[in-house]
Amino acid sequence: MEMFRPTRDGGASVWLSAGEAALLRSLVVPVMELLDEPGENRGAGEPADVLGGLEKFFDEDVPPAPRDPVLARLLPDAYQDDPQAAGEFRKYTESSLREAKKHFAQTVLDTLPPKGGRIRLTGDQARDWLRALNDVRLMFGVRLEVTEDFEAQLAALSPDDPKIAAFEVYGWLGAVQESLVQALAR
Amino acid sequence: MSVAPAEVDLPRSADESVPDKPWVTIVWNDPVNLMSYVTYVFEHVFGYPRPKAEKLMLDVHHKGKAVVAVGTREAMEHNVEVLHGYGLWATVRQDT
Repeated sequence: MEMFRPTRDGGASVWLSAGEAALLRSLVVPVMELLDEPGENRGAGEPADVLGGLEKFFDEDVPPAPRDPVLARLLPDAYQDDPQAAGEFRKYTESSLREAKKHFAQTVLDTLPPKGGRIRLTGDQARDWLRALNDVRLMFGVRLEVTEDFEAQLAALSPDDPKIAAFEVYGWLGAVQESLVQALAR
Repeated sequence: MSVAPAEVDLPRSADESVPDKPWVTIVWNDPVNLMSYVTYVFEHVFGYPRPKAEKLMLDVHHKGKAVVAVGTREAMEHNVEVLHGYGLWATVRQDT
């Protein structure tokens, strides 16, 4: 894959092979699926729950952070040492944050060329890509327990460790995201 | 799916308004987020010039966290929502 380049209108362009496009698609979809999973929020995700959205405004209880560590990282607490304030914030903002993140991921799916090729992203689309790529990297980061010295972590794995492929994908995603940041930061 | 409840402005608990102490937005260090990305987010979200955005990013990186904005509770909560959209690990608190 060639890396992202800036376009004249403030966006970014890149050429992807069919395999790279398919890989990106396969990485973004699980993030969207994870964001669709209901949290511990009572009533969330239940069909035809017309009052569910209304009840929370009168409900004294506040939702806890998601139990899944990846989801907890994608939807973190806004207050560190104040579970009540964190829950209040979550009650009013979590569903819109989930929707926003799904929208970023959907932009990637909508703009990926099915058979590979060049794509030109507007500035807004490119920023959706940035955030979606970051969410995918956060998912890998949590699952692989990545540290700031991820190169050393990778080097320390034995050659037949099944995690090597995931670490390599994580590294590749970092390079792709870096090139997109550089293209936009000009 | 529920509609955007973030726009509904309900009264909060009474302990909210301690007048003199401002609220702050804090960003915490994270092993995943790229340094260039964090700098870009500070520039794009807050409109900070590159040197200020870079300094804040380095503070986060070296000190583990940094105050990136100061203001009303509502404004800081809005910042945190936007920063969570970018995948930064951000929190709000009242300045001490």
